[in-house]
Amino acid sequence: MKAPDFEYARPETLADAIALLGAHGADAMALAGGQSLIPMMNFRVAAPEILIDLDGLADLKGIQKNDNTLTIGAMTRYVELMHNADVQACAPLISMALPHVAHDAIRNRGTLGGSLALADPAAEMPAVMRTLDATVNLSGPQGSRAVKADDFFAGYYETTRADDELIVSIDIPIAGPEHRFGFHEITQRHGDYALAGVAISVVSNAWRVCFFGVCDHPVRLPDLETALAQSHQDDHLLPHLDQIDFNGDLKASAATRKRLAGVALKRALGGMTV
Amino acid sequence: MTGPATIFDQPNRYIGQPEPRADTRRLLQGRGRFVDDVSLPRMVHAAFVRSPHAHAKITSIDTSDARSMPGVIAIFTGADLAEHVTPYVGVLSHLAGLRSAEQYPIAVDTVRWQGEPVVMVVAQSRALAEDACDAIFVDYDPLPAALDAEHALDADAPVIHPSFGNNLAWERTVDVGDIDAAFAAEGVKIVEREFRFGRHTGVTLETRGTVCDFDPSQDQLTVHYSGQAPHMMQVIFAKHLGLAEENVRVISNDVGGSFGIKIHTYGDEIATAVVAKILRRPVKFIADRFESFVTDIHARDHVVQARMGVTQEGKIVGIDFDDLTGIGPFSMYPRTSAIECNQVLNLTGAPYVLENYRARGRVVFQNKTLMCQYRAVGHPIAMAICDGLLEDAARLIGMDPVELRRKNLMRDDSYPRASATGMKLDDLSHHKALHKLTEIMDYDALRADQAASRSKGIYRGIGFVSMVEVTNPSPMFYGVGGAAIASQDGATVRLDAGGALHVSSSITEQGQGTNAILAQIAAGVFGVDLDRVKVTTGDTATTPYGGGTWASRGAGIGGEAMLQAAHALRDQVLDVAAVMLQSTRDALDIRGGAVTDLSGQVRLTLADLARTVYYRGNELPSDLNPELIATRHYRVTDFPFVFTNGAMAAHVEVDTETGFVKVLHFWAVEDCGRVINPLLVDEQIRGGVIQGIGGALYEECHYSLDGQMLNASMADYMVPMAAEMPDITIAHVETPTKTSVLGAKGAGEAGTGGAPAAVLNAVNDALSPLRASIWQMPMTPERVLAALDKGQKTN
Amino acid sequence: MTKTTEITLTVNDETIHATVPVRQNLVDFLRHGLHLTGSHVGCEHGVCGACTLMVNGQTVRGCLMLAVQANGATVQTIEGYADSGRSAALQEAFAKRNALQCGFCTPGMLASALGYIDAGGAADRVAIREHISGNYCRCTGYQSIVDAIIDVIEETNA
Repeated sequence: MKAPDFEYARPETLADAIALLGAHGADAMALAGGQSLIPMMNFRVAAPEILIDLDGLADLKGIQKNDNTLTIGAMTRYVELMHNADVQACAPLISMALPHVAHDAIRNRGTLGGSLALADPAAEMPAVMRTLDATVNLSGPQGSRAVKADDFFAGYYETTRADDELIVSIDIPIAGPEHRFGFHEITQRHGDYALAGVAISVVSNAWRVCFFGVCDHPVRLPDLETALAQSHQDDHLLPHLDQIDFNGDLKASAATRKRLAGVALKRALGGMTV
Repeated sequence: MTGPATIFDQPNRYIGQPEPRADTRRLLQGRGRFVDDVSLPRMVHAAFVRSPHAHAKITSIDTSDARSMPGVIAIFTGADLAEHVTPYVGVLSHLAGLRSAEQYPIAVDTVRWQGEPVVMVVAQSRALAEDACDAIFVDYDPLPAALDAEHALDADAPVIHPSFGNNLAWERTVDVGDIDAAFAAEGVKIVEREFRFGRHTGVTLETRGTVCDFDPSQDQLTVHYSGQAPHMMQVIFAKHLGLAEENVRVISNDVGGSFGIKIHTYGDEIATAVVAKILRRPVKFIADRFESFVTDIHARDHVVQARMGVTQEGKIVGIDFDDLTGIGPFSMYPRTSAIECNQVLNLTGAPYVLENYRARGRVVFQNKTLMCQYRAVGHPIAMAICDGLLEDAARLIGMDPVELRRKNLMRDDSYPRASATGMKLDDLSHHKALHKLTEIMDYDALRADQAASRSKGIYRGIGFVSMVEVTNPSPMFYGVGGAAIASQDGATVRLDAGGALHVSSSITEQGQGTNAILAQIAAGVFGVDLDRVKVTTGDTATTPYGGGTWASRGAGIGGEAMLQAAHALRDQVLDVAAVMLQSTRDALDIRGGAVTDLSGQVRLTLADLARTVYYRGNELPSDLNPELIATRHYRVTDFPFVFTNGAMAAHVEVDTETGFVKVLHFWAVEDCGRVINPLLVDEQIRGGVIQGIGGALYEECHYSLDGQMLNASMADYMVPMAAEMPDITIAHVETPTKTSVLGAKGAGEAGTGGAPAAVLNAVNDALSPLRASIWQMPMTPERVLAALDKGQKTN
Repeated sequence: MTKTTEITLTVNDETIHATVPVRQNLVDFLRHGLHLTGSHVGCEHGVCGACTLMVNGQTVRGCLMLAVQANGATVQTIEGYADSGRSAALQEAFAKRNALQCGFCTPGMLASALGYIDAGGAADRVAIREHISGNYCRCTGYQSIVDAIIDVIEETNA
């Protein structure tokens, strides 16, 4: 399974990268961590004419703590997130989710920006970003713009990023002492993509709950979030799951997925941080 | 008396010891020699265009664009190759009625499974070959495909081989006693279940591959082979490429896992040899992971309707079942795809006293990947059917499943005897093994834990299996049916001038420790230090002629040949020493690399003896003809197979909210006769158990309605990984087989043969308070939840 | 023709200058460009772990990194851990416990084990099993590998 041939570019500035993307359009793909893109190329389901390696772009690197937000460069590797004290303190939900993301060797190369751009609905980070009310900062030929995570994920491997834009960084509101978080992922084997998973945050009884692995995008249910403020009884919460268009595949039917989503929710609620 | 029978009168220095393997040092330094590590001058690389259809006519092949692409050396269609290779048919005469059709290495005018090779491209690199494959256009005319084994024999089913009239490859029935009368008798209760076993595959970490080189100046084909039976392949390459057997050399070095997968005839590998001959240069083909999933043999695709009759007192009166298995469009060559079904018919219930037994097995062709022997062939199904029904019956009559087994297992002192199906059995220890099992697992404590857990809403289960395993086969397995597959093996032992022993054997190594046990036997029987033994295996040019390693025959057959050869050489050396020392053979011994007297006092080092023989023969009497080399062969004659027995247990916890099954722990008591190296045997059992758990909980090949394999990747086909797997406790009973001096039986497959039954029983034990049960493997979360839901409805 | 590029990197303490096809992945470059066949390929989609090796001190999947991405990097493979003595304790423990049979997963398994031990991993069976859960082994069933890693950690702590 050898990748088809391509041109390789490693631009040194964000402007150069964006220019390349613009010049080649659909023939170009951006290479972030490569942990998802390279397998696709090996299978020959992705065959860009030109691969633009983002690893040389300083603008996409670094973790910066601001007054109210944490700014994480798109090319930040999962392993860097795991070891970063600011991430652990300001966005503990990320730290809770990371051990579930694949395995060590993948986390050493995979990036946060890459995961968000790919928008695999079974991945952890898109759901975590929605729960954290993160903002995705994009840059393109027309300049920069910020898109809420809630508005970023459009469907299966689909985002609102234009083809000639790059994710530069992600802004995450810094959690206060009253914030509590929960995370639960149901997989048959450690590190697998989720059969169903959920990322939860609550502050002052205002809940944000995002499911992943359940349908074609990471999904929040406003009615469920309202219901959580009132009661945590199963029959008060679980009926809201009917609003999700659960997907069925070889590993679990839609009906089973719904069941597992309910179990993930219950178990996440039972293991919230204090 | 100093014949071989007295070898084990004393504890042996090496046989029975947990010696570490010499091969591990090399592998741990990255100095393995796997097929893809082979690089030969002017070597080129192969890739294949493969059928995307399950069944189709090939109407045209356009290779014109591909031929002019960078690095392309040659392109071959099935028709091109058919001029240089003869087709093969996977039938054997002792499987009466088995039929199959001629198969070419590359499809000629019809493709019959998704993945069948259609065009072969040879280029300067694999990547360039794949690029050229993308530029080849094949037109297909899809045909109706037979994809549902349960409807394969319907009147309107698509027939894969029209001249056969239907898709039946083979059928066999067994009828012993009178099942109907036995089941109708007063007081007999019947349990009846439909068992489904998911088609799955071996997933060797090193994919299949080969490097074939042809030297036209000598008409010599050299095949670098990753597989288990080099001599078998030597015959096959010679026969179908039109070469003299002696001009084919098959070399197997390190093999990255085989488990039976690499003992079959694969068209892409045969094609590689043919093309090497045509191009007169080395050609390498390494299957990628996708190719492996769609072409490596699959196994264990069975639907079984089964019944067991049992009295309230716990006497099993009989077993009756109907087994339907869907194979591929051809019976695999040369071992046939009927053997697995035949084993199910032969082995179900074999541990138990059964007066009545009826079984029908039908093997049907399918337009899916070919199916054939994979580790523990047929045993997982046979043991699951019988012991699954047994524990079902135990629940029905309210009897402990261990007690029910005790009432029905053949007594340890009742051998030799035959099973209901006529399997000749001897030297088994079912009762002793079961007793030991209950001890090492502390059965009572587990039951107490189970009760306590249940009261807290935690559902744990304990499940058992008592099993037999076929090992050390005689020619009755393949040879009698016309297969050019050796069931005898040979060993050569040679004393070199420096006092080291060079040994070679026709059995082969795939990581189980073949080389190590051969060295241990030679060193232990002959009398040198283990690190002075060098082992050669896996080369038809330099080893004795034999069968290779499969059906758990290496230790028992190859090991015995090595024992006999080492003992013969010992006698020969002592005869020389006796002359040199003016003593007699009976007054001397060989220990630690020297000839000694019986008290251990060194009289003459082996090096001194050997150098005298080799360099200074003038010092020896002219009528003394020393031979410092001995070769012996061995085959099993008294029995068609030498059976082993085992008793195993699984402890599981079922998460009733998710349907997930966690195996908390597993125990295995195995009687494989004399254990040559307990470290290696235990590790074989462990690996086998985990592989069996894979089939029980995770592994299944899924097909679309069009016959495309849906989960042909490591992300979608689930294999057991470390985080979910249990620790395994192992104990042994040792009842040596009387069929050899060594007394070793085989052990390589038992874990895989028994684990599925034990896990199935444990899950059903866990579910029983919830009135739920499951009879389909793999026991996926979805299926467990469905079983729980069904149980809820009956409450 | 296939596009190529020049790279310079350190492999097992040796400076390497090479011209590589851009599309060639790191493990293929090591195996076929440098004849370091100790690293193995099992799936080419990053799941089986056979190709796990060390780049800049971290484990990576050699099949999911392009050789060109290793320009300027320090790479270590099983040959390097062995020749430098870095894996000596693990090698001894693996041999003693027979924590390998066919040896095909072993290079990746050693890399993962080294990663765990270097990060100060505890002698905890559950944690070790989780850590190596991205390395597929079909032969051993994993138990002896866990035992071997624990042997090394306990020996080091003693």
